[in-house]
Amino acid sequence: MTSVEATPSVGSHDPGLLLQVEGVDKSFPGVKALEGMRFDLRKGEVLGLVGENGAGKSTLMKLLTGIYSREAGEFWLQGRPLVVHNPKEAQEAGLSIIHQELNLVSHLSVAENIWLGREPVSGGFFTRPGEQVRRTRDLLARLGMALDPKAVVSSLSVAQQQMVEIAKALSFEATKVLIMDEPTAALNDAEVDQLHELIRRFITPETGVVYISHRMAELKRIADRITVIRDGHYIDTMPMADTSMDQVIAKMVGRAINTAARPENVRTDRPVTLSVTGLSTKTLLNDVSFELYRGEVLGFAGLMGAGRTEVARALVGADPITAGHITLNGTPVTISSPAHAASLGIGYLSEDRKRLGLMLQLPVSHNIAISSLSGRFSRSLFVNDKAVKATAEESRKLLSIKTPSVNQLVKYLSGGNQQKTIIARWLVKDCDILIFDEPTRGIDVGAKEEIYQLLNKLAEQGKSIIMISSELPEILRMSHRVIVMADGHITGTLPAQDATQETIMRLATHRDATTATTTITEEAGH
Amino acid sequence: MSSEPTAAAPAAPTVVKGGSWRERVQQLMALAGLLLIFLVFSVASPQIFPGYSNVTTILFSTTVVGLLALAATLVIISSGIDLSVGTAMTLSAVMSATFIVNWHLPVWLGIIATILFGGLIGLINGFNVAILGLPPFIATLAMMLVAQGLALVISNARPIYFDTTEHAGYIWLSTGSIIPGTRFPNAVLVLALAAVVAFVLLNKTLLGRYDISIGSNEEATALSGINTKKWLMIIYAVAGLFVGLAAIMISARLGSAQPATGAGYELQAIAAVVIGGTSLSGGKGTIVGTVIGALIIAVINNGLQILSVRQEWQNVILGLVILVVVYIDQARAKRAATT
Ligand SMILES: Nc1ncnc2c1ncn2[C@@H]1O[C@H](COP(=O)(O)OP(=O)(O)OP(=O)(O)O)[C@@H](O)[C@H]1O
Ligand SMILES: [Mg+2]
Repeated sequence: MTSVEATPSVGSHDPGLLLQVEGVDKSFPGVKALEGMRFDLRKGEVLGLVGENGAGKSTLMKLLTGIYSREAGEFWLQGRPLVVHNPKEAQEAGLSIIHQELNLVSHLSVAENIWLGREPVSGGFFTRPGEQVRRTRDLLARLGMALDPKAVVSSLSVAQQQMVEIAKALSFEATKVLIMDEPTAALNDAEVDQLHELIRRFITPETGVVYISHRMAELKRIADRITVIRDGHYIDTMPMADTSMDQVIAKMVGRAINTAARPENVRTDRPVTLSVTGLSTKTLLNDVSFELYRGEVLGFAGLMGAGRTEVARALVGADPITAGHITLNGTPVTISSPAHAASLGIGYLSEDRKRLGLMLQLPVSHNIAISSLSGRFSRSLFVNDKAVKATAEESRKLLSIKTPSVNQLVKYLSGGNQQKTIIARWLVKDCDILIFDEPTRGIDVGAKEEIYQLLNKLAEQGKSIIMISSELPEILRMSHRVIVMADGHITGTLPAQDATQETIMRLATHRDATTATTTITEEAGH
Repeated sequence: MSSEPTAAAPAAPTVVKGGSWRERVQQLMALAGLLLIFLVFSVASPQIFPGYSNVTTILFSTTVVGLLALAATLVIISSGIDLSVGTAMTLSAVMSATFIVNWHLPVWLGIIATILFGGLIGLINGFNVAILGLPPFIATLAMMLVAQGLALVISNARPIYFDTTEHAGYIWLSTGSIIPGTRFPNAVLVLALAAVVAFVLLNKTLLGRYDISIGSNEEATALSGINTKKWLMIIYAVAGLFVGLAAIMISARLGSAQPATGAGYELQAIAAVVIGGTSLSGGKGTIVGTVIGALIIAVINNGLQILSVRQEWQNVILGLVILVVVYIDQARAKRAATT
């Protein structure tokens, strides 16, 4: 399987276009990822690229940036044939990409990551860390990002890491085409607005952006045209202005989706299953108290760094707490580790699927079964492989995970399908309380709705679900109640009927209560 | 013992792609490598090398490194490393001699105590790694030194000899033959049995599943609700049991516990693991591969000896073999990742 070098077929390319892609094929063992794929990017535009999970979007972008080699097809940049063999060449040609998966070196700092491979040096050898930090500070200030250049990446949240990726991509001077593969999957509305502002500033008559996203409302705001692909095939391209999102979705999934649904089975007379009082951690959380009812979907909303993930991690014993009590079904408990939490029937799905969720080198079946191995799938110490396979197969059907087989290594799945795999893990585990942190990150509109219905069914069966999400439509679609956090505090709790984008955002940016406490603690500290 | 297709677990009903398939290719390559090397030596020395008695000698000399390599495989799959297997074996052998020769424990009891003692050393390694959070390299390096020192202290730096009549049963375990009329050494059977046990542990039990999972992504495994600390301790402790067994085999073969030896074995063991295709970054590895890796080392050492190549050159050649084998393996993995 050698790659066919692009020999430009004369006449079919248009120098007026920024980027043109024609007849691209790509297959992997057992999967035809792309077939006759094409699209074009005009100068000065933002092109939205949509398609279901596993449609081939990321593969296409990896071909463009020289990560994979194509089997057939041609690329033109500004009318000239584009042949790249590796990401560095792509970068030099003017293609910059933000990948769907975070690609930062986690033990290096923000500054070191941004300039990795392009470090400022003196005498051709000695690094100049001071200069590097200064440049980073300038860059971040220019982009309006509140990040510390010296912060180690592993200490940042996924959203912050995403911001670093964005800053890195925008730090290349020569970039003409900026490719963003789901840049906002981990961001909330305010951060998305900030990103869109950056994109608008990046766009000149000579540049363009390819913007991949599953969030329809966002595409409506930022994209000029939208290209739909399905199962590796090109479907259509439409101007955004006179296309409705429902039309796009119908083209994408081949059927209509009800995007206006609201929470189901909301009731106020449910018994309390989990009660948390005065939860605090060394770094962020301060006196967090709330109750979770049986059969409830409890939404957690807030801005980046508000402390939602920290609540989840503290709750399952992944991070130490400095104060606070947890009562589970009326019994006080001290949860020492996620393993302990799991034994109490509390499952936690992390927001960071690559780093904290998946065993990338292992098969889909293992990734689904891991949490349930020592109950359901084993007798004394022996693992029942047949049951593992059978259950994985069931999950694959239930969540329509796109993979040639459950024996496939999970790293070869598309981002959305990887996410479905972790969701399957927790659906199989049969916990009483599920804490889902950004559960639908990277999942397409059709599959999202299916997952919502599954979660509603679980709630109906008496399971309780805490759903942390940066996506307000998701919070509004699912939550029986919404808890809003800011700066490590709970700033308010909204019943479903009072929860709207506005009420949530007001609480999320609510400063009064927080500033008051911050001053007090500061004074106490001195 | 060289029944290779053991890896053929019940195949999936539909398409078999990805991991299992690739793993099988890898094992076939290792096996092909072993046969190739064997063939080369057979051509170079057709009279001696391929004969029954020499093949038996090769298998016999595989035992100790093979057992240690089984231990190392379990640890390396968890993305750890165990540098202490060599001297921990020596210390356990000294303990075995102490139990049996000095304390006059019955042989069977001494054997059990020795294996458990090996497990205890492993458990301490596991504690240091999992609970204290020391890097495995450091934790086991420290244990390597401690074990070496203790072996010398306990034995007063002198070999402890087993009595050939009183402890004949002990020595028989390694050099005797349970198969009548063959003079096929028991040690080889012990290694085969241990390999089967390790294979079952790794492929059929929770221990193996968690081992691989921890090696692939420890944090994600912990967040999946697995008590990774507990399992890491168990993994190191089980590896220690294999080291204890190796201690019995080596002291039975020598008829004595030699407190000054042992260092260097850990590298041979790790080499066998690596040649067998287990990744030092964890998350993947096979017992069959490790056994083949240990055999490759034994065949090379034996072949070169027969061709009277000097000891020094044997190491040079072994080093080159490791480079070539691992390079080929990685080149293939890389190709698979980018096409
Ligand atoms: N390296 C690989 N090896 C094998 N199959 C792969 C590989 N990369 C992608 N695939 C397969 O190719 C198909 C397209 O994947 P791709 O990642 O391009 O999807 P996507 O459109 O980006 O989906 P998502 O919205 O979930 O990110 C999927 O079926 C995926 O499983
Ligand atoms: Mg993708």
